[in-house]
Amino acid sequence: MNTNDSATQQPLVQIRNLQKRFGDVVVLDGLNLDIEIGNHVAIIGRSGSGKSTLLRLLMTLEKPEAGTICIDGEYLWHQQQNGQLVPASLAHTRRVRGKVGMVFQHFNLFPHMRVLRNVAEAPRLVLGLSRREAEARARELLDRVGLSDKADAWPQELSGGQKQRVAIARAMAMQPQIMLFDEVTSALDPELVGEALQFLRELADEVSMTMLLVTHQMHFAEQIADRVIFIDSGKIVEDDEPAVIFHHPRQQGTREFLNAVLSPADD
Amino acid sequence: MQLQWDWSIAMEVLPHLIRGLWVTLLATAGGMTLALALGLMVTMARRARFRLVSWPVGAAIEFVRCTPLLIQLFFVYYLIPDFGWNTPLVTGILVLGIHYSAYTSEVYRAGIDNVPRGQWEAARALNLNRQQTWTRVIIPQAVPPIVPAMGNYLVAMFKDTPLLYAITVQEMLTRATNFSSRVFSTVEAYTLAGVLFLILSLLAAGLIHRAERQLVVRET
Ligand SMILES: Nc1ncnc2c1ncn2[C@@H]1O[C@H](COP(=O)(O)OP(=O)(O)OP(=O)(O)O)[C@@H](O)[C@H]1O
Ligand SMILES: [Mg+2]
Repeated sequence: MNTNDSATQQPLVQIRNLQKRFGDVVVLDGLNLDIEIGNHVAIIGRSGSGKSTLLRLLMTLEKPEAGTICIDGEYLWHQQQNGQLVPASLAHTRRVRGKVGMVFQHFNLFPHMRVLRNVAEAPRLVLGLSRREAEARARELLDRVGLSDKADAWPQELSGGQKQRVAIARAMAMQPQIMLFDEVTSALDPELVGEALQFLRELADEVSMTMLLVTHQMHFAEQIADRVIFIDSGKIVEDDEPAVIFHHPRQQGTREFLNAVLSPADD
Repeated sequence: MQLQWDWSIAMEVLPHLIRGLWVTLLATAGGMTLALALGLMVTMARRARFRLVSWPVGAAIEFVRCTPLLIQLFFVYYLIPDFGWNTPLVTGILVLGIHYSAYTSEVYRAGIDNVPRGQWEAARALNLNRQQTWTRVIIPQAVPPIVPAMGNYLVAMFKDTPLLYAITVQEMLTRATNFSSRVFSTVEAYTLAGVLFLILSLLAAGLIHRAERQLVVRET
């Protein structure tokens, strides 16, 4: 896993005082978070605590009311101008957004494109690869996620687990520096969950990609993550190694949450 | 008025009607092409965040929907000066296209609203720009389900073309009327014109039905 020398370099993601409201509902209330390169961070918390919102803010699917998100040294929503932070241009935000990739809870594959094109389309359009290069890379990635035989299938013809792998390949094809996963298993049939988690664990071990995962599966979080974050009331309550969070949580809130979600049989 | 059917008159009027039919088809094809293009632009304009764009377009559409096509034809034909290029047929195509764009834009809107939000979000997560999002992701998904509705408007427009009679376009009804008054017999010309409309409408409806079925097959 991660060694201590990564602490000396600048974090890949720096979130400062992030605020997000929907109407009167304050979802994130001055959240701070640093993510180092190569971290596999699991986010846990009650339903409605703002886990998805945090990912969506990182993916620029939502805009924060206040605070900053800095990815690889560049602000997502701001630009530096004469030493001041000013609202970013669309082009700037778009460039920084390219460092982030996301695998959606419901995968959101393009139903009118075959699997290969689902993966190859954006690299061609956005990264400017030729059709040939883009498709070659897409085939490589499909091979890596074990779906080389499905390149010509329509998304509708795949199982939930296969769709998820295509979604992962599609996001990886853009070569992001950090990948976001929202509830990787909640849209899968129960019998597919174990396989999907196994696959993600292998992927996480295999690639050194920085990952931020929201999950309700505590065992999965414990196995895949090198860091677990518990969110409550729009703030990070506890942030530590899985062994600490799951076995010796320091905060009362974390203990209560874990007691509620972990049935005795799981313990 | 005589109501006796005379085959020789019928045979005589048929070539005139067929020539009129070409004009009718031309007006329909031109009008529908315009309505499809304009309708999409209207839909996009109404989605614009700038009120300065979306509001006037919305008002114009409301106006078009709330006044009869015949009055719009008269209005444009008699009140707009002759620039040379605006022949009756061109005027007719323009008015048909604009009038029907009010309806096609609604159909487009429904089609676009039916594309799940997750598709927009996937496009953004993959960093597609605005134009790529529309042309590669949204429109290809919005259009197939609305083909039948657009087809119905095509047939409706086809059946509205006799209104172009009012602005002297040489379409089927105009020719039928001119011919009838020449030979003092109305029954043959109007009956045949009606039959031609019927045949083509049924044909179009059949084609739409087939397209509909094919789209359904492709989706599953
Ligand atoms: N687009 C929106 N409009 C209004 N309220 C929203 C919107 N998105 C989220 N919320 C609210 O923000 C809060 C946080 O939602 P979020 O989806 O981030 O929670 P979550 O931690 O992911 O929950 P879950 O575990 O159920 O997925 C909830 O109260 C939710 O109702
Ligand atoms: Mg969520």
